[in-house]
Amino acid sequence: MRLEKCYFCSSTCYPGHGTMFVRNDSKTFRFCRSKCHKNFKMKRNPRKVRWTKAFRKAAGKEMTIDSTFQFEKRRNIPVRYDRDLMATTIKALKRSQEIKAKRERVFYKNRMSGNALRRKAENQALVQKHIHLVDTPAIKLAQTQKLKEKSKLMDVDMS
Amino acid sequence: MRKVKFTQENFDERLKGILDEFPKLDDIHPFYADLMNVLYDKDHYKLALGQMNTARHLIDQVGKDYVRLLKFGDSLYRCKQLKKAAMGRMATIMRRQKDSLAYLEQVRQHLARLPSIDPNTRTLLVCGYPNVGKSSFMNKITRADVDVQPYAFTTKSLFVGHMDYKYLRWQVIDTPGILDHPLEDRNTIEMQSITALAHLRCAVLYFIDLSERCGYSIKEQVSLFHSIKPLFANKPVILVINKIDAMKIEDISAEDRALLDQMVDNDKVEMLGMSCYTEEGVMNVKQTACDRLLQSRVDAKMKGHKINDILNKIHLTKPAARDDNPRLPFIPVEAENKPKYDPKDPDRILLERDLEAQNGGAGVFNVDLKKKYLLENADWKYDVIPEIWQGKNIADFIDADIQEQLDELEREEERLEAEGFYNSDEEEQDSEDEALEATANAITEHNKLTQIQSRLKTTKNKAQLPKTALKRTVSEMSEHMESLGLDASDARARSRAVKRARSSSRGESIARSASMARPETSVVRDRTMSGVRNVKQKMESERVRKLAQRMPNLFAKRGESDREIKTKMPKHLFSNKRGNGKTDWSSEPTVPMDIETPEFFGPKVRNALRANATSVDLPKLCPSFFRFGLHFLQL
Repeated sequence: MRLEKCYFCSSTCYPGHGTMFVRNDSKTFRFCRSKCHKNFKMKRNPRKVRWTKAFRKAAGKEMTIDSTFQFEKRRNIPVRYDRDLMATTIKALKRSQEIKAKRERVFYKNRMSGNALRRKAENQALVQKHIHLVDTPAIKLAQTQKLKEKSKLMDVDMS
Repeated sequence: MRKVKFTQENFDERLKGILDEFPKLDDIHPFYADLMNVLYDKDHYKLALGQMNTARHLIDQVGKDYVRLLKFGDSLYRCKQLKKAAMGRMATIMRRQKDSLAYLEQVRQHLARLPSIDPNTRTLLVCGYPNVGKSSFMNKITRADVDVQPYAFTTKSLFVGHMDYKYLRWQVIDTPGILDHPLEDRNTIEMQSITALAHLRCAVLYFIDLSERCGYSIKEQVSLFHSIKPLFANKPVILVINKIDAMKIEDISAEDRALLDQMVDNDKVEMLGMSCYTEEGVMNVKQTACDRLLQSRVDAKMKGHKINDILNKIHLTKPAARDDNPRLPFIPVEAENKPKYDPKDPDRILLERDLEAQNGGAGVFNVDLKKKYLLENADWKYDVIPEIWQGKNIADFIDADIQEQLDELEREEERLEAEGFYNSDEEEQDSEDEALEATANAITEHNKLTQIQSRLKTTKNKAQLPKTALKRTVSEMSEHMESLGLDASDARARSRAVKRARSSSRGESIARSASMARPETSVVRDRTMSGVRNVKQKMESERVRKLAQRMPNLFAKRGESDREIKTKMPKHLFSNKRGNGKTDWSSEPTVPMDIETPEFFGPKVRNALRANATSVDLPKLCPSFFRFGLHFLQL
């Protein structure tokens, strides 16, 4: 029993789920759901469909180069069962996944780092253009009141 | 010319077809050649075919001659005459062949109905005097259905039946009866039998009727046998004594017996008794005949050259001994020492079958597949091996040097941590940024709301009114002002004052009237009361209208308010491009005018005006006057 990867979106296909297509050259294609199967039938390239893992990897939205990726791969070398080796493997599996998650977090953070500045610039432009919509006398009044209250509180604290 | 040539070619083709289709007596198997000779007379047959050939040549010659003549024909009439003559001559030649053609047609039909005898296969040939039971025997052993009657010469031609023996296909040929007289005196029916006997390689079954019920004595039958004996050379011959139900072999007189014995002694002839009536000995005859024929065929083959060819192809290798060393099969010592398996021995090796019997038998016992696993530690054999963990195949991680890889990863991790790879440099937002964000959010939200409202507002079935035409209430205005944080009480008071001053019959935009700076541009009027004197009159008119509409509505008739297209294709909309017809009406209308010419025009102009409007280009001569005239016309 194996968990297969969906050919289109690269999600995990658990046993008994999804569809398998076997082409006449005996290459097999797994699909996690009919959506992926349909997209495949439409001859879409998973790298160009934005919601697939393949796209996200190709577009640099996810971590692709890392030493943790070395752990999970099909080795195609038969290894005789060994209880100790199995224990080590599971330990390594858990630890490597943990580290991978950590690195992915950092990757995401780095990817999003420029956003705050950009957003600030956008906000400034928006406010400059449309300030008349919200800067009505009532709001001003409320704001001044708020400020007054604040200062009052500050005074109380000071005293 | 063409006609002559065509006719000649046609005849040529047909005659050639006939010549090709008929078998040439020299080419076919001698048996068939002889049979045809007997049946159709060789000379006659050849003559007919020869005549056909001659006719063909003649026609060719005639055609050629007349084509040549036609080439020099000086008039059409002459040509026609020549053509007629050519056709006539050809027809005459063909007419002369009438008899031979008819003969050939008969031969063709008869040939088609001849039994398909294969001269080379295994064949049993049944012959003998008429009425001795040849056809009955045939009916017994094959599927053929030959006519059997109690008189001589029932069978008038060759018949073929097929049977199976020893998984082989045999053909049995039934021949007509033969009488004992010289070859020259034999008739066509008998000659067929003789032909078959002479040419087919077969086993001959010579039938004899000892009871003499066929009308011929034993002596006669024996003498026939002797007279046709030369034909039996190199063939297995079986003397079949038929009708033993009527007369046994043992019962005949010593004289006849001697005759029979003489027949048997002389050759390798076998004598068998049988009865078609009681079916006694029929199978025996058949089997003996078949076996003997088979034997003789094999012998013939062995004598011929072909057997050497076949023997040359077969090669049997016999390797010569290399040296004196004995080369014995290798048997391991363990195998030699292994005790022989004995199911009764209590110390025997336990088989899976024994285990199955011990553990509840078939259907209950499960084979232990893990028993013979070759693992480092025997305890691990029955471990439950995990396969998946959180969407990962554990099998993908199994590697002999996984520990080293993990250690490597840990080292790298430490290094990264030391380098500060994981240190986050998150910046806290200050209050100014927060305020900016809040304002921007408020603006976005406002924009979205406006967008939604405007989307909801768009109606499809109404004319869009300009903003100035919209009716707004005082309360709306004051609400809006308050939401903006302004004091609306002044505006409200002013509007109230205006309201009191004006009459209420006019629904005016109050908000508009409040601003005195702009002139009144848009007023919404109630037009329902226009045209009627008072409310009562209006009600009355409404009632009449509804009443008038009732019946048409009831019958779903077309009403005033229904959309209708009066003219489907108004001419002025569809006549811009010119067709083939006249063009005058679609061009600018020419206006026929009849006017009195005013005095103040010069004589030249007046002259022109008096002329017909169509002949003079009036609009061009004096455009202003033309326009003037148009105005007149309208009035």
